[in-house]
Amino acid sequence: MREYLLGNAAIAKGLLEAGIGLAAGYPGTPSSEIIESLVELKGDLPLHIEWSVNEKVALEVAAGASWTGARAAATMKHVGLNVAADPFMTLAYLGVGAGLLVICADDPFCHSSQNEQDSRRYSQFASIPCLDPADPQEARDMTIYGLELSERFNIPVMLRPTTRVSHARADVEVNGGRPPTGESHFVKNPARRVALPSHARPLHNELLAKQPEIEEELESCPWNQLTLKGETGVIAAGIAGLYAEEALMDLDLDHSLLRVGGYPAPKRLIRRLIEHVSRLLVVEELEPVIEEQVLMLAGETNPSLDILGKEEHIPRWGELDLLAVKNALARMNGLEIEQRGPLPAAKMLPPRPPALCPGCSHRATYYAMRRVFGKKAIYPSDIGCYTMAVGMGTVDTCLCMGASISIASGIRFGGEGEGICASLGDSTFLHSGMTGLLNAAYNQARITVTILDNSTTAMTGHQPHPGTGVTATGQTTVQISLEALARALGAGLVESVDPNDLEGTMKGFQRARDYPGLSVVIARQPCVIKARRGGARPRAFQVSDECQGCRICVEYGCPAIEFDGEVARINNLCTGCGVCAQICPASAIKEVKG
Amino acid sequence: MRSSECDMVIVGVGGQGVILISDVIGRAGVLAGKPVRGAETHGMAQRGGSVVNHTRIGCRYSPMVAPGNADLLVALEPAEALRSGHFLSPQGVALVNTQPVLPVTVTTGEARYPSLEELLRPLEEQCQRVLAIEATALAEKAGTVQAMNVVMLGALSGYIPLSEKHIIQALERVVPPRHLESNKRAFLLGKAEVE
Repeated sequence: MREYLLGNAAIAKGLLEAGIGLAAGYPGTPSSEIIESLVELKGDLPLHIEWSVNEKVALEVAAGASWTGARAAATMKHVGLNVAADPFMTLAYLGVGAGLLVICADDPFCHSSQNEQDSRRYSQFASIPCLDPADPQEARDMTIYGLELSERFNIPVMLRPTTRVSHARADVEVNGGRPPTGESHFVKNPARRVALPSHARPLHNELLAKQPEIEEELESCPWNQLTLKGETGVIAAGIAGLYAEEALMDLDLDHSLLRVGGYPAPKRLIRRLIEHVSRLLVVEELEPVIEEQVLMLAGETNPSLDILGKEEHIPRWGELDLLAVKNALARMNGLEIEQRGPLPAAKMLPPRPPALCPGCSHRATYYAMRRVFGKKAIYPSDIGCYTMAVGMGTVDTCLCMGASISIASGIRFGGEGEGICASLGDSTFLHSGMTGLLNAAYNQARITVTILDNSTTAMTGHQPHPGTGVTATGQTTVQISLEALARALGAGLVESVDPNDLEGTMKGFQRARDYPGLSVVIARQPCVIKARRGGARPRAFQVSDECQGCRICVEYGCPAIEFDGEVARINNLCTGCGVCAQICPASAIKEVKG
Repeated sequence: MRSSECDMVIVGVGGQGVILISDVIGRAGVLAGKPVRGAETHGMAQRGGSVVNHTRIGCRYSPMVAPGNADLLVALEPAEALRSGHFLSPQGVALVNTQPVLPVTVTTGEARYPSLEELLRPLEEQCQRVLAIEATALAEKAGTVQAMNVVMLGALSGYIPLSEKHIIQALERVVPPRHLESNKRAFLLGKAEVE
């Protein structure tokens, strides 16, 4: 049966077709829809699906299930694998029970990420095989194959879709699911489950010893495909394989082509290609993973081979596309290069950067924070929608999930004497901010930490977390109190405020600022998008003729406030938070009753 | 040989329903037995920013349309049409909703929003034909301003190698039943606009 599916939904289909018993993940673009699609497709299957509190936890939960005999998957974005790197590296030694797939979605070009690291490097580092799909069909097929491969070689397998695969749609051939195996048991085997040094040494040897067998298997997997034609060769990895095929057809070139989708890259196929050609273009996004392999093999097999790649022809940053690959081929063949780039007239267009939503409570919280802490204070921030408030002067740093609090501590202990007010979202705090707060309390950092609690993981599409009292599958569960948690982690003062009440929020920030120790402000107001979907009806506001045209409300930056040259106006994007009415010095913004 | 039967780029602003158009076309393509490829914008970029969707009918390659190759540019917002105008091929057709959505940079007075004429003229020089459609007004006429994207789908339907029957079948699967009638009206109004 063919269905038009998002790449991530195709992966979810593959997981069900392979009969997984457990999937765990932490939301992160471009990976989030894998878990969400599984929830939609689950039906009555005895399958455990969870949003874990972070990626490390997700991978450990998946490992436990695998060791208990249930096929399992952990999902995350590329930077999530940094968080999960600890279990990832050692799981390669310990191996699996039933198949274990680590699905790690990369984001070349940082469409929605803080970096564009190449996860294929992690798979090399850990000696874990990696499958790199070119489209949703391959993603679905590789999901099933990856779980089988994992079982055959007793090793976790990485599936590494990129944004253009996870968020591509295509017609995908799918079959019915296979039910999970049901009841299973953990089999005790300390030599393979307890990473003591005396166990780890032989397991490391075993891991290295199985690499040639894995390489042999991947040589003949359907995604490492060699077509020998002319004496110029192209090697293209993952989605670049599709760019290369299309570019060769468009330019009518008869080059030999090796498409690579399974790693370790197939040495035998590469050797056959480099024996056949006199020059070779290696096309891969980000790191020169295959290119380095080619350089080594060419030294043995064909030292005079002309190898073109990351040096000049293919950028090592950003994502590729058809035109980039076409132009690289055109350049090496002396053909005409096509120009790209927006029309000259597009220069006059007003920029349209992503921004906080109309009525977003983060804007209100940051406004009050800045009014209380002032211009000189330092504002370490974090990863979430609120990072977009960088223009408000309250986002001075953003490094990685949960870093705001530890960075704030370091800034204080590094010698900064000004006020320090860190901020991070509720989901980010629960992901990895808690340890930073505990550390700040233990080491007596005098800082204020603001939890921007919109009661959801907003940026990635409104996934629940332990603070919401709801699980991934919509079940009611224990609801963790952020106030109680902050106190338990050692905060001396905990203030809860409603950001839509400007005065109350400012008072809360004042008490936190003046507290001689570690203070936490919890600014709580539901995400406006989620509230609207939940049926919340906005209050209506309008600007009266008392408006003095001072622009204070306009500078607040809410897209629902416009300025027509003389006075302000509220447009139909207004969600009725009422904060602008509290900011207006002339009290000209009034609620419309009835 | 062409690598795709029909390449299109669908653009707009987060929240306007760009993805729905692509989703309907993709499903209609599957009903017609044709391979379809699409690429979407998710995550951070969606928050009030420009949204660009690539859709390729009768294509087995990557989902990305190369600049200068789009047979169709469908813009739910006129400034976004110009922003993605370089995707149009010289033989291409642009379908543009005339109703602007002002970015924050304009509402706060930092930047100026160009006139419709200024936005469309460079597109006319770039491609074969530009059709300006008052899709927002037509959607209101159909009973729901939210169906502006479906008005544009209707306008687009005559230009793509898919039958109206398949497109409507796909629309029925994507739109909630209670909105289906107004969406079908919106589709027909859009279609009539280009006939």
